[in-house]
Amino acid sequence: MQFYRAHVLICGGTGCVSSKSHELKAEMEKELKALGIDNEVQIVMTGCFGLCEAGPIVIVYPEGTFYSQVKIKDAKRIVTEHLYKGRIVKDLLYYESIQQDKIKAVNEVDFYAKQKRIALANCGVIDPENIDEYIALDGYQALIKVLTQMKPEDVIEEIKLSELRGRGGAGFPTGLKWDIASQYKDDMKYVCCNADEGDPGAFMDRSILEGTPHSVLEAMAIAGYATGAKKGYIYVRAEYPIAVKRLQIAIKQAKEYGLLGEDIFDTNFSFDIEIRLGAGAFVCGEETALIESIEGKRGMPRTKPPFPAEKGIWGKPTLLNNVETFANIPLIILKGGEWFSKIGIEGSKGTKVFALGGKIKNTGLVEVPMGMTLREVIYDIGGGCPNGKEFKAVQTGGPSGGCLTKEHLDTPIGYDNLVKLGSMMGSGGMIIMDEDTCMVDIARYFLDFTCEESCGKCTPCREGTKRLKELLDRFCTGKGTFEDLDRLESLAYYIQDNSLCNLGQSAPNPVISTLTHFRDEYLAHVVDRRCPTGVCKALLQYTITDKCIGCGSCAKVCPQECIEPVGKVINEKTNRRAYVIDHTKCIKCGACIEACPPKVSAIITQ
Amino acid sequence: MAKLDLSKAKYAKLKKFIDENQGETCGLMPVLHQAQEIFGCIPIEVQKFISEELNVSVAEIYGVVTFYSRFSTEPVGEYVIGVCLGTACYVKGAQKIIDDIGSKLNIKPEQTTKDGKFTLTATRCIGACGLAPVITINDDVYGRLTPDQIPEILSKYTDELEGE
Repeated sequence: MQFYRAHVLICGGTGCVSSKSHELKAEMEKELKALGIDNEVQIVMTGCFGLCEAGPIVIVYPEGTFYSQVKIKDAKRIVTEHLYKGRIVKDLLYYESIQQDKIKAVNEVDFYAKQKRIALANCGVIDPENIDEYIALDGYQALIKVLTQMKPEDVIEEIKLSELRGRGGAGFPTGLKWDIASQYKDDMKYVCCNADEGDPGAFMDRSILEGTPHSVLEAMAIAGYATGAKKGYIYVRAEYPIAVKRLQIAIKQAKEYGLLGEDIFDTNFSFDIEIRLGAGAFVCGEETALIESIEGKRGMPRTKPPFPAEKGIWGKPTLLNNVETFANIPLIILKGGEWFSKIGIEGSKGTKVFALGGKIKNTGLVEVPMGMTLREVIYDIGGGCPNGKEFKAVQTGGPSGGCLTKEHLDTPIGYDNLVKLGSMMGSGGMIIMDEDTCMVDIARYFLDFTCEESCGKCTPCREGTKRLKELLDRFCTGKGTFEDLDRLESLAYYIQDNSLCNLGQSAPNPVISTLTHFRDEYLAHVVDRRCPTGVCKALLQYTITDKCIGCGSCAKVCPQECIEPVGKVINEKTNRRAYVIDHTKCIKCGACIEACPPKVSAIITQ
Repeated sequence: MAKLDLSKAKYAKLKKFIDENQGETCGLMPVLHQAQEIFGCIPIEVQKFISEELNVSVAEIYGVVTFYSRFSTEPVGEYVIGVCLGTACYVKGAQKIIDDIGSKLNIKPEQTTKDGKFTLTATRCIGACGLAPVITINDDVYGRLTPDQIPEILSKYTDELEGE
């Protein structure tokens, strides 16, 4: 075996690959070769490190030096200075890892120090395309343990003991799900991994599949053993090409090593996994719609019951779990359910991965113990809003979730706590919004999304979401009335109560939560016909400020002739007055702004 | 409009894929993915072909093709510009980006330029939220975009075409 004195880890997640980390790796290899030290230093392309904001990320071990936003032209300096001469290139370090000349290792940086990694344990540590690296970190040990030392019911008992709940959204107890699935007998049963991560702004499943695909395969095989299934499907979004490729490689390698396929470890347990690609339909994240899609039909949800545990893929009993849920399984088996249940709070055990996005300094993936407060996640780890802007709201749970405000920041994160506040855990997307975000516009944005993604099967969702969106459009364009506000509210509750699947039932959540917490913004749109943040273009008001010199250029070009010199007196002698826009006539064409002399710039929109 | 190529060679390629994957409970989806990749779209002619090969009615195939946003029935431009309108990108101003590209190319989202060079689409979240706002042009990804970078990025593709 080859030994290296230094290891360079380069992030190969989607974010960093988009900023050319592959080219960076090639360049560094070239430089290492040129100096003749390519047999002393190993470069590994790993999964996502989580701090996507700082990508492409390069970490050099043994020191744990954390370089961020490394450009291809920087490759030469890192190689010649750091790897050849042993001098850290300080100006390329992540800004937080250098404080008063003291250089911190990557795990000491604030962003990582507060995290606890279980599902993401191997992400950013191993080469996901090399099964040996996974095995070296106890990979497939859990599968060996269950196959050789545990009965299926013991496995289920262990999962129940861990109190793990589904990480895909609804939070159903995983052990109970496995128990139910194991009780249906049939000649064929399936295990299915839901990797149709549709929530815009959530990308933990993608990162797990890209960073540690074998964890998911191992967990699926364990689930197969526990529930008596021989075949697994992974339904993954076609929008994730890197994840799909790494899964294909992982499945191939696992089969070559005899970790998937016939008679695994010479026990008579056989398990095989196939990939199925999604085709861009959000509703397919709903379990029964996903099953329809695997069967080659339109992804429309079925009525439940029967639940998939009884009649799933091709009408056979099927166990369906989310990627992150599966990623927790191997460690639960190895360390025991009790170990897992000690992390977190009552009702929400273990850790949860969140995707921080929107107006936040450190965009990226974080895994924290349940029970941490929103404030700790958003400020201590996420670094708060950039550019000194004030935090306004955080949207959790994607289009099905709700917005939480400043006053909720000290809530410990957990399934039940978030639901109580009118939002939900969902898959773990966390979009931060600052003072510049219009909450009515955000509600409209989410409705636009669900309206587009409604499958059309049931009327409350198909027609209801459209009408909701039309109402929100009215508010955003200044046509909304008080009656509209009432209609919006009653329709939202109607859709919630009467839709067939979770997509429809949760579609009104963004409306309901913004109405609850930001009713004043709705009222501003209705009463004052004004958008407080200036996002809704149709509600912008053109105003002439005190800077006006009374030249009249604006009045000359105004097609509505609604600008007149009726403001305060600018010049006592000539009695010249400032100009004022009559808002009742203004059509917001913007001609006045262009006519106002640049030196003066007296006209603003707000 | 972009060109549509329905040559025999392409049908043969699709037939090969179908033959290789027959016997399994393969379902319609993998075949449609393959067809979309080979032809760039799945027009009615191709749907009829698949219908005969798989013994599934054209009506059912049409239903599936039109349900999923990855499948299209009309050819797309040489370069597909996908503007991510996921929440993270939207909060960071993706709407302005798509509006600007649209007005620059003189098309609306989901349309193709007259010369068949560009198709503009609003994509679902591509999961590169750390780089928001993001656009993709075929396989290239451009992140942390500001509207003023758009003309330069687009010119890369138009110049390339003129140079050919």
